[in-house]
Amino acid sequence: MIMKGQSMKIVVLIKQVPDTAEERTLVPATGWLDRDAADNVVDEINERALEVALRVKDADKSTEVVVLAMGPDEATKAIRKALSMGADSGIHVLDGGLAGSDAARTAAVLAAALRGTSADVILAGNESTDGRGGVVPAMIAEHLGLPLVGGLNAVELVGAAGSGKVSGERSGDSGSLQVTAALPAVVTVTERTAEARFPNFKGILTAKRKPVATLTLADLDVAVTVAHAVVVSHSERPAREAGRKIEDDGTAGTQLASYLFENRLV
Amino acid sequence: MNEQTAEQLAMVEMVRDFAATAMAPHTAAWDEEKHFPVDVLAQAGSLGMGGIYVGEEYGGSGLSRVDALLIFEELAAVDPTIAAYISIHNMVAWMIDAFGNQEQRAAWLPGITAMTELSSYCLSEPGVGSDAAAITTRAVRDGDHYVINGTKQFISGAGSSAWYLVMVRTADKGARGITAVVVPAEAQGLSFGANEKKMGWRAQPTRQVVFQDVRIPVGNRLGEEGDGFGIAMKGLNGGRVNIGACSLGGGRAALEKSIAYLKERQAFGGPLIEKQHLLFEIAQMATDLELSRTMLIRAAQALDSGAPDTVKLCAMAKLVATDAGFQVANQALQLHGGYGYLSEYGLEKLVRDLRVHQILEGSNEIMRLIIGRLAVER
Ligand SMILES: Cc1cc2nc3c(=O)[nH]c(=O)nc-3n(C[C@H](O)[C@H](O)[C@H](O)COP(=O)(O)OP(=O)(O)OC[C@H]3O[C@@H](n4cnc5c(N)ncnc54)[C@H](O)[C@@H]3O)c2cc1C
Repeated sequence: MIMKGQSMKIVVLIKQVPDTAEERTLVPATGWLDRDAADNVVDEINERALEVALRVKDADKSTEVVVLAMGPDEATKAIRKALSMGADSGIHVLDGGLAGSDAARTAAVLAAALRGTSADVILAGNESTDGRGGVVPAMIAEHLGLPLVGGLNAVELVGAAGSGKVSGERSGDSGSLQVTAALPAVVTVTERTAEARFPNFKGILTAKRKPVATLTLADLDVAVTVAHAVVVSHSERPAREAGRKIEDDGTAGTQLASYLFENRLV
Repeated sequence: MNEQTAEQLAMVEMVRDFAATAMAPHTAAWDEEKHFPVDVLAQAGSLGMGGIYVGEEYGGSGLSRVDALLIFEELAAVDPTIAAYISIHNMVAWMIDAFGNQEQRAAWLPGITAMTELSSYCLSEPGVGSDAAAITTRAVRDGDHYVINGTKQFISGAGSSAWYLVMVRTADKGARGITAVVVPAEAQGLSFGANEKKMGWRAQPTRQVVFQDVRIPVGNRLGEEGDGFGIAMKGLNGGRVNIGACSLGGGRAALEKSIAYLKERQAFGGPLIEKQHLLFEIAQMATDLELSRTMLIRAAQALDSGAPDTVKLCAMAKLVATDAGFQVANQALQLHGGYGYLSEYGLEKLVRDLRVHQILEGSNEIMRLIIGRLAVER
């Protein structure tokens, strides 16, 4: 991740999600995520995307790293966390009219917010740990007319606007691909990229002095459209049944094999 | 008094994450193999834990004593041994920052605050512990140097540390004849005893430090000749609050484990938590820990504001918190029945680790001595 020339501007998309270490639930009436049921944290995959950006900044201090989040008031906490890790500034898209947005609307709003940033790279996780749609970055790329370099396990960002490029490795079904695109581009990373750093105390204390711009729908000039994807119904995951135990009386191997065959698991 | 700021919450969250990922998976093995994880300490240093309440000029984090308390509690909830070593290291870092001159701070603090260079506090001797003013390790002035002879006992981190803050005798004037000097690990004539075999704190070394005609420049002296005892005691005021916070963290972990265990363990037709006697034990443990926290915060605030009753409050907080931490851990072991006695459940390690907090940084008898003398003095 070595860069030369003009400094690069990277915008990292971050999303606040319920901690995966805790029990996550839906609100029965709406089918939306119950954000009060578990601690809300920066999605781990976004932290890894941020780590990619921060490593570029480690190598070239002139790199500008901006984090962009759309979400309720609480999302400021996620933005602060990103700033404490080393991002330079934040953009918070906050509007009551955005509650319950589907992927298409989220992407339209984020794309509108990104238009003003003149970013060389828009970095995101390949999918969030809550919704797991994995389509928002692609939709954003479409809105902005930028290439999508998605699902990278390792990322290299070289050069700056005009001459820069992104390259990296993506795992496919039958092998790994080396992909490259000219900047600007939308880049998404998988959880195989480097683990995110911890913020240090100094970072935590300076985070509150870093600028965070709050944007509403009116500021962005995007129409308040209804969500096209709505939750029709949902049900709780059935309780797990106890598995079958096979005692090894010498035929365990055969029993296991026939179980797999019978259930069409091989 | 317990209201935490957004920054404090963020710090606690970071320290908790760090302890959970970098420490928790290894603490049992470190204890068993007597492994001192210097790499993890350096990582803690990079996050700002090497000079928590040291000024920012030479790499410190510039935080308050109350902040430090929260940090040590979180570290100790995962491993009291590592937390306690970091607390001793911070005590030394602060002493250098508070009593060192510009040149000394610039030379020693950057490595110490980064925790790439560890430090040890050397007061106790084989024949002198509680009666610290009676130390015999001697430094004799020889031109621009001191020549040091003597032995320090029970020194935490010894052998691994790069810097030794040593209290030496420069005059036969009791406490007023003691001077504080900084000795580098590579000094000629400096050697270390064997790593002591001990009940707890096994993931950090405890050794004798032996001085045989060790020559150090006079420029390695902190403050003036005769200032050493005061410097040593001022360091210990903060050290006591920090070690108390380590007891609080370990005790909290023991309490949390106990609550989870009693809810799950079935006996006499229901979960054990339904036995009122056991519920009352939990109530007592929770109360003792909260009382400790309250005392610790008061003492830390006194340190932060330089209040006149700082010495008393630090001694009281150390006494209350280290007794509570051990008792809670010991009771938690009891509540776990036979499983508490097995290493796998983590309780016996907490008991072993927290026991020594009642003995060191001034034993709890000495805390009573300090509190009692101050009480009747007026
Ligand atoms: C694991 C470990 C790590 C340590 N790390 C360090 C370190 O890094 N640096 C350092 O300098 N020291 C260190 N110590 C030493 C520790 O501070 C001393 O052990 C402690 O101060 C007690 O001193 P002592 O062992 O000499 O006991 P003594 O002073 O001999 O006391 C024996 C007993 O008598 C009691 N007692 C003594 N005087 C009185 C009195 N006047 N009234 C009532 N009761 C009294 C004591 O409380 C104790 O119970 C460490 C000790 C241990 C075990």
